[in-house]
Amino acid sequence: MSEPLLALSGIGKQFGGLAALTDVSLHIRRGEIYGLIGPNGAGKTTLFNVVTGLYQPGCGEFHFDGRSYQTAKPHVLAQAGIARTFQNIRLFANLTALENVMAGRHVRTRAGVFGALFGLKSTRCEERDSTLRARELLRYVGIKKSSQTLAKHLSYGEQRRLEIARALASEPLLLALDEPAAGMNATETEDLKVLLQDIRANGITVMLIEHDVKLIMGLCDRVAVLDYGRKIAEGAPDEVRSNPAVIAAYLGSDDE
Amino acid sequence: MKKLKFSKQHVLFSVLFVSVMLLPFATDALLGRGWVRIVDFAMLYIMLALGLNIVVGYAGLLDLGYIAFFAVGAYCYALTGSPHLALAFPLLFPDGLHLSFWIVLPLAALLAGGFGALLGAPTLRLRGDYLAIVTLGFGEIIRIFMNNLNAPINLTNGPQGISRIDPVSVAGVALNTTQQVFGIELPSVHLYFYLFLSFTALVVFVSRRLEKSRIGRAWMAIREDEIAASAMGINTRNLKLLAFAMGAAFGGVSGTLFAGFQGFVSPESFSLMESVMVLCMVVLGGMGNIYGVILGGLLLALLPEVLRHSVVPLQQALFGRIVIDPESLRMLLFGTALIAVMLYRPAGLWPSGVRRRELESDEVAP
Repeated sequence: MSEPLLALSGIGKQFGGLAALTDVSLHIRRGEIYGLIGPNGAGKTTLFNVVTGLYQPGCGEFHFDGRSYQTAKPHVLAQAGIARTFQNIRLFANLTALENVMAGRHVRTRAGVFGALFGLKSTRCEERDSTLRARELLRYVGIKKSSQTLAKHLSYGEQRRLEIARALASEPLLLALDEPAAGMNATETEDLKVLLQDIRANGITVMLIEHDVKLIMGLCDRVAVLDYGRKIAEGAPDEVRSNPAVIAAYLGSDDE
Repeated sequence: MKKLKFSKQHVLFSVLFVSVMLLPFATDALLGRGWVRIVDFAMLYIMLALGLNIVVGYAGLLDLGYIAFFAVGAYCYALTGSPHLALAFPLLFPDGLHLSFWIVLPLAALLAGGFGALLGAPTLRLRGDYLAIVTLGFGEIIRIFMNNLNAPINLTNGPQGISRIDPVSVAGVALNTTQQVFGIELPSVHLYFYLFLSFTALVVFVSRRLEKSRIGRAWMAIREDEIAASAMGINTRNLKLLAFAMGAAFGGVSGTLFAGFQGFVSPESFSLMESVMVLCMVVLGGMGNIYGVILGGLLLALLPEVLRHSVVPLQQALFGRIVIDPESLRMLLFGTALIAVMLYRPAGLWPSGVRRRELESDEVAP
């Protein structure tokens, strides 16, 4: 087995007296779709924020793509190849869909103030490439027609898709999705599933938090279950589903 | 179809260009020379508003002390382009340091930009109201420094200000004199008008280029959602500092021009009220939209003068005496205008929505 893309070991995170994460270790392999589930308040989003640099872990080791990132800022991790979406959509509301995706290309482009001021050839080429690439991505996620619409005027489903396009624009190795199917109907969820499978087929590793168990079970190669900030199970969806600890976490156990 | 639109734009641009070039002559003929001077000041305000637009309009950082950078630029030239330094360092500069305006200008822009970054650094974590309070404090600190740095060494001459600042000269021609060009008489205010016009054009050019660049998009991303921006790999710290520095540099340039034009600077030109005025120009005109900001700057710079020249004669004609002081009436109208704009056009008089349509027509063309 080759070296994992993301390796967390012994990650802990405290908020005041509250331990949001305790000794969480997990490995995400290259090219897999990795699901993260758990009851409300289990620490899924906290772990997600640690992975994407929004929170600094209190303790533990964080390795991504063969390098250690102990206290990295979000933009450093984005540079390294982790892109994310948000549970409550956080688009750049007053920019067009196209500009949103182009802003997502920030880490893969170089142009500075001088290039912009003097309209250097390299800058103009880069800008044209960015525009083309952004248009392509909008078509890829299926919202090409809305490229000049302000993000805030897009429908909910389109906003979810735009967030994915914006994340893909940074050419990530790991795409982290926080509840991508939240609020979607069955058809939209099915479309999302197809899209995610296609993204994986393009060689991007996907990590997602999801409440829709059907989606998780049908999509993920491996699933980890969090409860009270600890990882209580990990494995193929079928194994996890029959794991007594998981059933206890979701339904409550007899001895409680 | 496209060709037609293109030529239409050209015609519009040419008409605009010619009318702006003739503006000082028209103003002079219709309203008198004093008004040309007022238009000159309006140009300075427009430059300031465009500089602040980078900080507030693009990067979304509320700055209530912006006039401080104008002050830095103005004092830069006041100190290095007047006999004043002879007072502070009589042995070193017996006649004062009379540096050329064109040497001081880039230095002042750099220094003001440095001050911008200096203000930006400790406020990186602050947003909205809190940032506004700190920047307000910064603006006052600079003004109070200018007011009090006449002891132990008389650096700024305190509240009396610095006078006898050298005029700006272009290609050896001092702009404070009347010149003959092709038999056309160009008084000093006209000359300064064209100088300010070219600087304003430069500032507009820089703003436009930045707006449509990777940097501009990153600024707007920060304005819209800082957390999402950093998750997209935007180094929010560096870009916010850059926005502060760029905005401040524009303020510095404007200040240097002000000092050369006015020939005199004193701390009272840089009060909090001025910062508020410049901010109002940006907000009233249309945050983030260059043309809106120009409109806002022009309106708010001219309004007090229009009032001054109309209210007093009007009241005298009606009542035979002055009932309401034009200065207080100005604030009344000003407040009313702001409230009206916030109620009916919250995005400003000329919001950047115009640009959307522009983009849309681009989309259809290729």
